[in-house]
Amino acid sequence: MSTPPPPPPPPTGSPALTFHGVSMTYPDGTFAVDDTSFDVRPGEFVTVVGPSGCGKSTLLRMASGLTPPTTGSVEVDRKGLGYVFQDATLLQWRNVRSNVELFAELEGVDRAERSRRANEAIQLVGLSGFEDKYPKQLSGGMKMRASLARSLVLDPKVFLFDEPFGALDEITRERLNDELLDLFQRKQFAALFITHSIYEAVFLSTRVLVMSARPGRIVGDFQVPFAYPRSPELRFDAAFAELSGEVSHALRGAHA
Amino acid sequence: MNATGLEATRQQASLAGQPVPGEGLVSTKTTKRSVNDLYAFLGSTVAFIALWYLMHYWALEAIWGKPGFLITPPHRVIADSFLDGGERSKLLTALGFTTYVALFGLALAIVIGMGLAVAMAQANWLERSVWPYLVALQAIPIIAIVPIIGSIWGYGFKARIFVCVVISIFPIVSNTLFGLLSAERGQHDLFTLHHASRWTRLTKLQLPAAMPAVFTGFRIAAGLSVIGAVVGELFFKRGDKGIGIIMDAYRSRSVYPQTYGCLLLAAALGIAVFFFFGWLANVVVGRWHETTRKTG
Repeated sequence: MSTPPPPPPPPTGSPALTFHGVSMTYPDGTFAVDDTSFDVRPGEFVTVVGPSGCGKSTLLRMASGLTPPTTGSVEVDRKGLGYVFQDATLLQWRNVRSNVELFAELEGVDRAERSRRANEAIQLVGLSGFEDKYPKQLSGGMKMRASLARSLVLDPKVFLFDEPFGALDEITRERLNDELLDLFQRKQFAALFITHSIYEAVFLSTRVLVMSARPGRIVGDFQVPFAYPRSPELRFDAAFAELSGEVSHALRGAHA
Repeated sequence: MNATGLEATRQQASLAGQPVPGEGLVSTKTTKRSVNDLYAFLGSTVAFIALWYLMHYWALEAIWGKPGFLITPPHRVIADSFLDGGERSKLLTALGFTTYVALFGLALAIVIGMGLAVAMAQANWLERSVWPYLVALQAIPIIAIVPIIGSIWGYGFKARIFVCVVISIFPIVSNTLFGLLSAERGQHDLFTLHHASRWTRLTKLQLPAAMPAVFTGFRIAAGLSVIGAVVGELFFKRGDKGIGIIMDAYRSRSVYPQTYGCLLLAAALGIAVFFFFGWLANVVVGRWHETTRKTG
C-alpha cells in the first residue's frame, strides 16, 4: 500500500452536532475551553486530541448537556445521543443484558422491544453468550463492549466517546478500534471521539482536531484521506505514519 | 501470535458470535477455603473451652486469689441449665420472648432507620441537622431516660421494643446513608442524561448501590438488637419474663450455672441473627458485589 487510497467522499447533509463559539469557565475559575467552533456531520468521525487537562472532556460534557457552556451554544438533538465514557460505568448489580437495557428502560421503551434491541446490540459488540455475567466477571475490554452496546440500543445519531479505550492494553484497544469502525460504517452516526493517542485518532477518524493546553482551543485541523473500510494494516502504511507525524507535530506546538 | 494471526482469530470469533480470545472471564475461586474455615472454627472453639476451664480450675485462684466457683465450668453450666428438663424449658421459653422483642425491635429499626437515611440522602440540610441527634441518641444512657420511657410506653413489652430500637438504629442509618451516597458520579451522569426522576434514581441507582453497606449495617444492628432486648428487660420487667430477667434473678441469688446458661443463650441468639444476615447478604448481593473475601 504505497499509493494512498482515494479519499472518502466529503460528508453531506446538515451538521448533527455544532459548537458555536463555545467557551467554558468553571465556577472555581478554571478556564477550560476557549471560543471553540466546529461541527460534526452524519457519517463524519471527528477526533479531538490534546494534552491532559486541556478541556477535551469538557467538550463532551457540553455536547451531552451535562455541563452548559459559559458562552456560545451547542446544537444537537439529544434524543439520539450515545456516549461511552472512559470508565464503563456499568451498574455492578445488573448483568450484561440488563445493563445494556438500561438507557432504553430510562427512556420508557417497553420490555419486549428493549429486550429485542438489547439482544441485537449484544450480538453486534460480540458479547453473545455473556448476557448473564456480572461486571465483576468481565475484563476491561468486555466492559467497554457492554458500555457501547448500552448506547447502541437507542440507535444514536450522534455518538460521543470520552477516551473509551484509554485504560485498555494495546492489543485489546486496536481490536476494539477495528470493531468500532465496523459499527461506524454500518450505522453512519456522527462521532465525536476524545483521545490522547495520535495513532488511534488518525486510524479512526475522517477529521482530527488538535487542542491546545488549557484553556483549550483548536490549533490544528486535519482531514484524514484514508477510505473505509480501513484495514488493520493501515497502521503500518507510510502515509499513515506521515499524517500521524503531522498531528504529533501540531500537538507538540500546542503543548509548548 | 503475530498481529495478523490474532486479527484472523478475532474476526472468526466475532463472526461466530463467540467470546473473543484474550478477553476471558475473570473467575472467582472458592476452593480449599471452606476446609480451612472449619479448622479455624474448631481451633477457636477448643481454645475458648480450654480457657474457660483454665479460669475455673486455676487462674481465678492463682492470679486473683478468688474462688473458682465464680466461673462455673462448662460441663456444670450445661448440666444445670440444659440437661435438667424443667430448667431447660424455662430458659428456652425466656429466650423465645427475648428473641421476639429483639426481632420486632430490629424490624422497626430497619424500617425507621432506612426511611430516615433515604430522607437524609435527599437533602444536605436534613442530613446535617439530623446527624448530631443520632450521635447523641447513641450516647444517651438508657437508665437516664427510664422514667420517661416508662411513663409513655409502660414498663413492659413496648418499652423494651423502644430500647431495642434506640440501641440498634444507628448503624442502620449510618450504613444506609453511606451506601446511598456511594453511587459513582459517572453512574449518576447516566441517569442525569436520561432525565431520570428522583424516584427512579433512588430505586434503580442509589438503593441497589447501597445494598452491600446496608447489609453490613443489618449485621451490626442485629447483634445490638439482642443487647437492646436484654437491657430493656433489665429496666422494664412487667409482662413476659425474657432471658435478661431470668438471668438477673439467678445472678441476684448467686446461682452461677444458670446465670452462665442464660448468658450462653443470649450469645447464641446474637450469633444466630448475625450469621443470618451474613447469609442473606450473600444471597442478595453476593452475585455481583466485589469483596476481597467473604465473611459469614
